[in-house]
Amino acid sequence: MTKSRLDLANQPGYTWEPYHSTAKRAPVKPLVFLPHTLSERTGPLFGDMPIAETDHDLTRQHAGEPLGQRMIVEGRVVDEEGKPLPRTLIEIWQTNAAGRYRHKLDDFRAPLDPNFTGSGRILTDENGRYRFLTVKPGAYPWNNHPNAWRPAHIHFSLFGPSFVSRFMTQMYFEGDPMLAYDPVFQAIPDRAKHRVLAGFDLSITEEKWALGYRFDLVLRGPDATPSEA
Amino acid sequence: MDLIPTANQPIGPFYHFALTPGWSTGDNSAGVMAGPEARGERARLVVRVLDRDGSPVTNAMIELWQADAGGKYNHPADTREKTADPAFHGFGRLATDDQGLCVFETVKPGQVPGLKGKMQAPHINVSVYAPGLLRRAVTRIYFDGEPANLSDEILGLVPEDRRPSMLARPGAEPREWCFDLHLTGPCETVFFDI
Repeated sequence: MTKSRLDLANQPGYTWEPYHSTAKRAPVKPLVFLPHTLSERTGPLFGDMPIAETDHDLTRQHAGEPLGQRMIVEGRVVDEEGKPLPRTLIEIWQTNAAGRYRHKLDDFRAPLDPNFTGSGRILTDENGRYRFLTVKPGAYPWNNHPNAWRPAHIHFSLFGPSFVSRFMTQMYFEGDPMLAYDPVFQAIPDRAKHRVLAGFDLSITEEKWALGYRFDLVLRGPDATPSEA
Repeated sequence: MDLIPTANQPIGPFYHFALTPGWSTGDNSAGVMAGPEARGERARLVVRVLDRDGSPVTNAMIELWQADAGGKYNHPADTREKTADPAFHGFGRLATDDQGLCVFETVKPGQVPGLKGKMQAPHINVSVYAPGLLRRAVTRIYFDGEPANLSDEILGLVPEDRRPSMLARPGAEPREWCFDLHLTGPCETVFFDI
């Protein structure tokens, strides 16, 4: 019986053959189970970081408005006990509406949008809530396999209260037919896939302005109970 | 909502403009953790990230988290009566360059309590992200030649033949330390299940 917190019933492992770049990069030796010390129970905090209004409104970072479908992404960040995580830093990045990143290594032949950068950040409020305004990202091709396309997604990076809670994921769109062909999304066990899908939510949608999507996140807590595997 | 942690997904290759904006201009300031007034022994920490074949990983991101030279974490969970060094940032974040390198300007951390209050050897907590890593990889950097390494309980949990993979070694410059992080391959660095 070895202790493990990897939770492979709900999380991808490191090695996943269909995602080809894992072959040269995924650790394969046994991980060493780390009992938590002060080093893991602490972690960088950003609660005092100044955040400008335009940091979480990606449609207002330039002189003009970006092209594409305006959308709100709203949600709540809690830990495994359901405790809201206030004043936690969320960073996001995404393509423009045409599927192109503002990045010098992105060579997809889709237009850049002079009015869209595609990065944002926010601190959750006292109830762990956040809200971004952006445009819907596009799908884009990549080199993993013939005719490979990444489904539209927004990258999310969160810190939470400790080194253990540090977390990165990608938010996808419920019902996107391209998810079935994406080896990155498919690396998530079936029972956990729905947790990275944002659903359309009429209560978040603003009349005559922007579509609303809900995306809630659960971060690892400090006292995660290891399971015997 | 259920309370099972959300699934991890990889960082992808196009994060720099959001997470490490200095990368495109060679601005290393997000890796400068020790200000001019910071207390303790300076350390210029050169981290190199390598893949299975020993080739440099040119699109990895490294995050460091460490105590200051006095062994204090700037975090409320560190309840000991010590004042965190105001000239020191415990967090640093850089992307690797076209040689798989990134360079942090920090100080050698002091000792912090470990299991049952016993002191740990000086160490830096490391998170690695890269395309091809479906979840972050976590390791620690210890300092070669540090006497406290011999009694460190976390190092003691690591098979002896793999412990050297967690050691930074003195570099060519004074106060320079070099750490090769092998994501996998014959010299795979020890990674932790945290």
